[in-house]
Amino acid sequence: MEKRPGVFSGKVGLTFLTPALFFVAIFLILPFFWIFYLSFTNRTLTGVTAANPQFVGLENYQRLFDFDQWMRYGQFGNALKITFQFVLGSALLGQAVVGLTVAWAFYRRKGLLRETVFTLAVLAWIIPEVVVAFAWSAFLDVDRGTLNTILSAVGLGQPDWLFDYPLLTIIIFNTWRGSAFSILLFSSALETIPPSYVETADVVGASAWRKFRDIIFPLMRGHILTDLILITLWTFNVFTPFLLTGGGPTFRTELVSIYTYRTAFKFFEFGRGGAIAVVMMLINFMLAMGYLIALRRQKAVS
Amino acid sequence: MAKIQLENITKKFGELTAVNDVSLEVSDGEFVALLGPSGCGKTTTLRLIAGLEVPNEGRILIGDKEVTKLPPRERDIAMVFQDYALYPHMTLLDNIGYPLKVRGVAKPDMTARVTEVATELQIGDLLERRPGQVSGGQQQRASVARALVHQAQVFLFDEPLSNLDAKLRLEARAFLKHLQQEVGVTAVYVTHDQAEAMALADRIAVMNYGRVMQLGHPLDVYRRPANTFVAAFIGSPPMNLLPCEVDINAGKILFEGDRVLDIASYRERWGGVLKNGRDITLGVRPENIAISSTEVPGSIPSRVYVIQPLGGEWLVVTQVGGELVSVRLFQDEAPELSENVWLKFDLDRTFLYDKNGDLLQ
Amino acid sequence: MRNYESTFSKLLLVLFSLACMAFFALPLLWLLTAPFTPMTTLSVEIPDNPTLDNFRTVFKNEFAIRALFRNNLIIAGGAMLSVAAVATLASYGLSRTRIVGRDILVYVLMLFSSVVGGTAAMVPLFLLAYHLKLIDTHVGVILVMTGGLLPAAIFMMRDFVDSIPRSYEEAALVCGAGPFRIFRDIAFPLVRPGVAVVAIWAFVNAWGAFLIPVVMLRSPENMPASVALYSFYSEAGTPVHTLVSAYAFLYGLPVLVLYLLVNWRFGFRFFGGIKS
Repeated sequence: MEKRPGVFSGKVGLTFLTPALFFVAIFLILPFFWIFYLSFTNRTLTGVTAANPQFVGLENYQRLFDFDQWMRYGQFGNALKITFQFVLGSALLGQAVVGLTVAWAFYRRKGLLRETVFTLAVLAWIIPEVVVAFAWSAFLDVDRGTLNTILSAVGLGQPDWLFDYPLLTIIIFNTWRGSAFSILLFSSALETIPPSYVETADVVGASAWRKFRDIIFPLMRGHILTDLILITLWTFNVFTPFLLTGGGPTFRTELVSIYTYRTAFKFFEFGRGGAIAVVMMLINFMLAMGYLIALRRQKAVS
Repeated sequence: MAKIQLENITKKFGELTAVNDVSLEVSDGEFVALLGPSGCGKTTTLRLIAGLEVPNEGRILIGDKEVTKLPPRERDIAMVFQDYALYPHMTLLDNIGYPLKVRGVAKPDMTARVTEVATELQIGDLLERRPGQVSGGQQQRASVARALVHQAQVFLFDEPLSNLDAKLRLEARAFLKHLQQEVGVTAVYVTHDQAEAMALADRIAVMNYGRVMQLGHPLDVYRRPANTFVAAFIGSPPMNLLPCEVDINAGKILFEGDRVLDIASYRERWGGVLKNGRDITLGVRPENIAISSTEVPGSIPSRVYVIQPLGGEWLVVTQVGGELVSVRLFQDEAPELSENVWLKFDLDRTFLYDKNGDLLQ
Repeated sequence: MRNYESTFSKLLLVLFSLACMAFFALPLLWLLTAPFTPMTTLSVEIPDNPTLDNFRTVFKNEFAIRALFRNNLIIAGGAMLSVAAVATLASYGLSRTRIVGRDILVYVLMLFSSVVGGTAAMVPLFLLAYHLKLIDTHVGVILVMTGGLLPAAIFMMRDFVDSIPRSYEEAALVCGAGPFRIFRDIAFPLVRPGVAVVAIWAFVNAWGAFLIPVVMLRSPENMPASVALYSFYSEAGTPVHTLVSAYAFLYGLPVLVLYLLVNWRFGFRFFGGIKS
């Protein structure tokens, strides 16, 4: 088919876009450049440097990358390391895999099982974060919590999850919290695959795993990359674990988002907070570019 | 009603030239079909007339008004889409009445007019339903009704029957023909179905690669294709096209494998056209060939390759050298498979095309 | 559909479903029983004599109730309306106009929003709101949240809009309708399921938001429920389990109801799996 131009002229399109452009300009682009500017100053909330911030060049960045210090608890390098583990565990291994598995298990099925699983997953995703954090701290309670009650009943002991395995716990927590997005995205992606493709494989007697590997996975590669971009970016910047652990114990779950919060709002060092944000933006940007290039290559193949 | 004029229209999509220097005039009240394979530029031509695309070059006039760059609403046209484009969230009443609603016609007047048109098209009792609740044929009528509801100057049809099954398509075709004869609208009709174009149109424009290959009365286009493209596109099966060589002095046409057709007596008729040449193509329709089991003067030998009974007739495919020649036989008995037969072309209805594929005349 | 399937694989599916249900439901189970227990502990137990006393006590906390039934509704409702409206218009504009590199544009916006939605951006957003005199106003919170949620909303909306056949609008153009009329009569009614998904998503996000309101709001009477939950903590900073769970229950309930409603009416799903 010939490539169709737009239904409307650019001018009309722009009119539809105007409100969005307004929001984007004021509440996205402007803050971004503001952060960029702040990162080169010693701006604080109170005191002399609040009214008259001074240009300090790269000082804020140098302090972030002070390599003698930075891998210690409570320092930027440590936060970065924890964040990467967190993203790898809860976004890539957690949410994406859970999402794919659940979506594929319920591919072309309807009924109560599917509805219940989907509804529960979505609930975990949409219930307010403070409620979720509160419910989880009750769930993980050493003596009376639901999890340990079950574990001790089958003789698996009663670990103090938030103290013994803090990072693993928030990884599982975030997988629980965010999987619904991937489940929904992958199931509607699966719906776009013509049933005949899978039926052809059924006819030759392919197993569920083979069908997934040989037919479904190649067709979904684009969707999987899109999903990975989104959940990676979101997980990188997620703040909810703070409500569960406060970043502790002893900074062992201090994600960069929590580190930023501590710097910017506990110590009110806006300049340093800005520098962290710029570095985060760069990391996010590189990740997104990596995915986008992979997506391009994937498109070129198919 | 008004006439439509396209003057040297060119439309490009990036590198692709979809419509290439097309000029076409549709007279007041005339029904013209644009016919061609997919990607030939027929739909783009229609969309240019509708104002859904703007040409890169050339002018478009509807009536005496130039509309080249005007948006659709200022052209006073009506259009029926291939997928009908009936809105699933509106009843048929609101769908058909939409052009009136947009033009600010009051609700009671709109309802009256819609009911009138819908009744005429025998969907008057379905107006409260939504498109999803009526059959494909009824949807098709509703989309025609929406086009008829306001008296537009020009009607545009974009493959309006291609989504119907074979039986409904025949019904709808007859119905459109009736409508056309009754209302006498100026219409441009895009189709890839030659039977549809033949049946409906006053004139057919056969298109390929963005150009009009032939424009004429349906029977002229069928009987006297202006080039090998039209010859091969129109007719089912299409015209037989055989590469050959003309030896004018000997009064012979030479085919591959030393087969010779004596045309001495036709030197007169083909007169100036017929000259010595290689790379000539001979075209003859399957129904203009006679088969005999013995050699007759002016015939060429061949061998029966496939026989297909078609009920009232036979379609016999024979082999002439490496070429296949289709023959339609209107008789009770067909030859045997692999039998050697002689083909005699009706030379009055046999055409020669030059190496560019254009008719020698 | 899969009637030839073996009993074994059916059993496998049931087991898998049960595992999923346990995974997603167990952490929330306590929230269902605790609010109705007179003296709650952290263990899940079906109360012998269920009570509504905890809710009565919660309703006496004026601050928390105003937070939930006034402030939260204003913030979430406002963000929902503005995100849905702006995102629908924008994705329609993007879908129906040829803009070079529009897909990249949406990705870049997503990138911005994921960072600007994060903690770091609270500083400039706070300063921005300060200069615009929006500190301690619900409008400020709504505007900031709209800005942050918009790119993802446009991203989700895009495929819904792209799925409307072009011929619908072309037919309307031929009928004589202008772009805004087509949006109102044709496009908007057709993308309503998408609008519903985006609207509920924006509502839920704003309803549960914690960080932005904490940074942007000052006075207790403007605070949303996410902040007010902490008013049920004792002065030593430990939660009063009965009351916190009852309040959390009330706070979470609308989200559940809204989801079930939209899911029943439109089906809560993405369109075509959000194509890249």
